[in-house]
Amino acid sequence: MYFRSALLLAAVVALSGCGSTTGSTGSTGSTGSTGSTARATAEAGAPAAAEGLSITDPWVKTAEKGMTAAFGTLVNDTDAAVTVVAGASPLSPQIELHEVVDSGGKMIMRPKEGGFVIPPRGTHELAPGGDHIMLMGVEEEVKPGARIPFTLTVKGGQPLEFTAVGKDFAGGKEDYQPGMGHQ
Amino acid sequence: MTAAGRISRRGLFAGGAATAASALGSAAVGAAPASAAAGPSVEPFHGTHQAGIATPPQAHAVFVAFDLLPGTRKEALGRLLRLLTDDARRLTQGRPALADTEPELAADPARLTVTFGFGPGLFAVAKVESPIRPLPAFETDRLRKEWSGGDLLVQICADDGLTVAHALRMIVKDTRSFARVRWTQRGFRRSAHLHPSGTTQRNLMGQLDGTVNPTDLDRAVWIAQGPQWLRGGTTLVLRRIRMDLESWDAADRVAREFTIGRRLADGAPLTGRAERDEPDFEQVNRLGFPVISEYAHIRRARTADPAARILRRPYNYDEGLSRDGESDSGLLFASYQADVDRQFVPVQRRIAEGDLLNEWVTAVGSAVFAIPPGCAPEGWIGDGLLG
Repeated sequence: MYFRSALLLAAVVALSGCGSTTGSTGSTGSTGSTGSTARATAEAGAPAAAEGLSITDPWVKTAEKGMTAAFGTLVNDTDAAVTVVAGASPLSPQIELHEVVDSGGKMIMRPKEGGFVIPPRGTHELAPGGDHIMLMGVEEEVKPGARIPFTLTVKGGQPLEFTAVGKDFAGGKEDYQPGMGHQ
Repeated sequence: MTAAGRISRRGLFAGGAATAASALGSAAVGAAPASAAAGPSVEPFHGTHQAGIATPPQAHAVFVAFDLLPGTRKEALGRLLRLLTDDARRLTQGRPALADTEPELAADPARLTVTFGFGPGLFAVAKVESPIRPLPAFETDRLRKEWSGGDLLVQICADDGLTVAHALRMIVKDTRSFARVRWTQRGFRRSAHLHPSGTTQRNLMGQLDGTVNPTDLDRAVWIAQGPQWLRGGTTLVLRRIRMDLESWDAADRVAREFTIGRRLADGAPLTGRAERDEPDFEQVNRLGFPVISEYAHIRRARTADPAARILRRPYNYDEGLSRDGESDSGLLFASYQADVDRQFVPVQRRIAEGDLLNEWVTAVGSAVFAIPPGCAPEGWIGDGLLG
């Protein structure tokens, strides 16, 4: 189901080749941004909100180092679509917004063109096997129960800040071999 | 037809015309599960005390004890207890745990409670003086390491076995990075709604088990003094008591009733007419011998002061059979009390010194845990100690 919605969204959002500019440049740019905004941090379970956008149940898969991913449900309480274009966390210098798609019978992950679009008064789920916040080059161990701060950059809006909790999780293995699908 | 009949009969047993009527209603629409007849199936998680102690006992239980990994620090305990509290908070309310891979299994909590206890090893890690310690040795004990001790206890109870299994699975997955499983003990009681709530359960020896429990839990069970982080908590003594059912088979009913001091049929003391009648320990028969033997179980286990009584919440266990068909059966004797030394130990000492029942029962496991108080919605279990 996640795959299907990812594919539908991919079809809606205009594709512009493989080198997803939005995702990577956006994330690099936002890493240092300290948002002049309504800051709202939250434990897993308590929704964190910024101007109508919030995330429930944010969590991040534990990892010793290298790559991992963060998940949760983005909730849009406004009457207009909201687009998340980039993510940042002290955990990783390189964060991308990813999708998982079926490529010739093989599930691969890749940067999501145009970011995550949350429909008006709707939700957008980030889950293993589907859209996720991809962290690369993690150097400090993500321990179970750790509280990891994140910032999501919202197109034309205030950033969303939240705290994700580290959880041991066996799945989401596709997150760890991005190169496999990009031969 | 058959289903309707069965459900309505259950409803009647559960007590009350309203229950029976709603059971019939459910059966008529043919969609609602049987548990719909049983009223709310959600036990509150937050509160002054942890759930799973004063909660009317559910049908299924698993007690799992963990040993913390060597080198575990206090900071890690905080992360662990936050994670486990989050799992318990969600699952008991019928919501999937965070990153739950089988979220559908969380949908019917069936009165699920998840209760946490701390053993001596956890206090050593926290660098706090332990409020509990293992019981003193009793001559009648035959304790085995695989059923004894533990740094962290999780007690999971529900009226449904699948609910218990799913909660255990989530808890274990979130604990593996911090600790190893020391032992797992599973128990059961009568199925939910088979009898009215509050009915004393029967153990595998056929006895009503747990008739005398304290009524004032604030005095007998909940801790009101000592370190702030423990107030509202209690202690758990979990004894695995093996029953030798093969030799019990050889005891006739008169001997069985003499051993306990109660009648098997209704649990009434041998000097009384109903289960709740006070035993008359002074009464003698025409030969001048006490009607309730000097060594009858109810006399040895008696605590006169109601405030000093232990809260018993036992579960039966019945594991695999030997090739000869001999059972491995007994009781998970879960006892909650404010003070182990003052309330539990004296009773156990009297029993060990002389109790006719010792002929057929043997403690093969023993563990003692401090049960911290409950937590607020923004808190977590143990936050007063580990936060």
